[in-house]
Amino acid sequence: MGNYMVLLGRTFRKPENAKMYYRAFIRDLELLGLNSLGIVAVISVFVGAVVTIQTAFNLDDPLIPDYYIAIATRESIILEFSPTIISLILAGKVGSNIASTLGSMRVSEQIDALEVMGVNSASYLIGPKIAALIFFNPILIILSMGLGLVGGYLASLGGVMSIEDYTYGLTVDFDAYHITYAVIKTFVFAFLITSISAYFGYYVRGGAIEVGVNATKAVVSSSVAIIVSNYMLTQILLV
Amino acid sequence: MIEVRDIHKSFGEHEVLKGIDATFYKGKTNLIIGQSGSGKTVFLKSLVGLHDIDSGDIDYDGSSLGKLGRKERKKLRTEMGMVFQGNALFDSITIEENVTFALSMFSGMAESERRDRAQFCLERVNLPDVGKKFPAELSGGMQKRVAIARAISMNPKYLFCDEPNSGLDPKTAIVIDKLLQEITEEFGMTTVINTHDMNSVIEIGDHIIFIKNGKKAWQGTGEEILNTDSPEIVDFVYSSELFKRIRK
Repeated sequence: MGNYMVLLGRTFRKPENAKMYYRAFIRDLELLGLNSLGIVAVISVFVGAVVTIQTAFNLDDPLIPDYYIAIATRESIILEFSPTIISLILAGKVGSNIASTLGSMRVSEQIDALEVMGVNSASYLIGPKIAALIFFNPILIILSMGLGLVGGYLASLGGVMSIEDYTYGLTVDFDAYHITYAVIKTFVFAFLITSISAYFGYYVRGGAIEVGVNATKAVVSSSVAIIVSNYMLTQILLV
Repeated sequence: MIEVRDIHKSFGEHEVLKGIDATFYKGKTNLIIGQSGSGKTVFLKSLVGLHDIDSGDIDYDGSSLGKLGRKERKKLRTEMGMVFQGNALFDSITIEENVTFALSMFSGMAESERRDRAQFCLERVNLPDVGKKFPAELSGGMQKRVAIARAISMNPKYLFCDEPNSGLDPKTAIVIDKLLQEITEEFGMTTVINTHDMNSVIEIGDHIIFIKNGKKAWQGTGEEILNTDSPEIVDFVYSSELFKRIRK
């Protein structure tokens, strides 16, 4: 924990050259954000459809109106699936990428090379990654929400329920604060994914095997951090 | 000139450097030699501040490394160049970007000036046409020369090389040795080279320090090392059959 805080302290120092850091930010935006669009889109559409079908299956009661299925789908996707489950998936994809990239740079002495040049390697390598994911994660999550609901719509087209009931259910009792709550969570999760993964990558000692071991540790630790902080944030923001 | 006084460095219980004193001279190729595991790399990394030493002092032309603040240490580092054992080139950017990296970060030069400087450095290491390539597209010897070009891009006062010949064939190794010697004289740098290559010792060793078990066991010139009776040096230098025959 001490080393993690020291690394964060070094990460948030003043950049040596704003232009170079901005370039790194743009590169990381593409690597960590844009490159995740495909997997987020596919997973969101299919999970949205499955959530709708399973909710319909479990609420198959003549006393419960069909539009309740859409309400349940909407709340599941906005409150939990998109912010938390997609962040867990990103912890796997982005987290392992960050840890293995930094780990490889460490064992091949590229981080030492930056230090000898006088560059604050923690700030230059980690800062733009944190900024990029904090910037892009909310965009990914909001997109995931939309596509999840589209998935539910496609499931309705398949005959699970009527389109009218589904679209009506999406708007009934809608509380915009739930979006705010979800977006706040995504900021925190983005920070945890990048900083924890960077910590495990930056402090690799050894060779290729240790890089792999630390990439796994990065994914496991950031996933646990997401789950625990999800509980805490829900207590603070919703209860 | 770099002066090292009584430096100690331990990793946990294991003491790697056990009180080394040394002087590295300006305009000369200063060599650190010794067997694998003798503490050469730890010594070199301590010199550049990649390892914090436990005690002792490293003095760069009157500035004590340990007493420098963060900003001053950063400034000193912009006066250093280093060639790493595995080259440590940034593999996701081009050769030109590698060479101009420190310039882009610190110099405030216009892009055209940086490009000119990169071209000058690449020409100096006899690689004028590789600027647009990526490190993975070059051979080991070429990568080493690019690493040297990157190290001299900021016109450093101090140049450090960790095993610059490792993994190279004897002919390419001689090319690298000669290049390091030439640029040391040309730019008036204080060059410190870690090596266990005896060819380098004889070819370019202006001033040599022999480290054994974390201590300085001998120092002298390339000429002196061949004539010394020091049993430790004799044991190290004449360990190969080739050198044993030459001695006979």
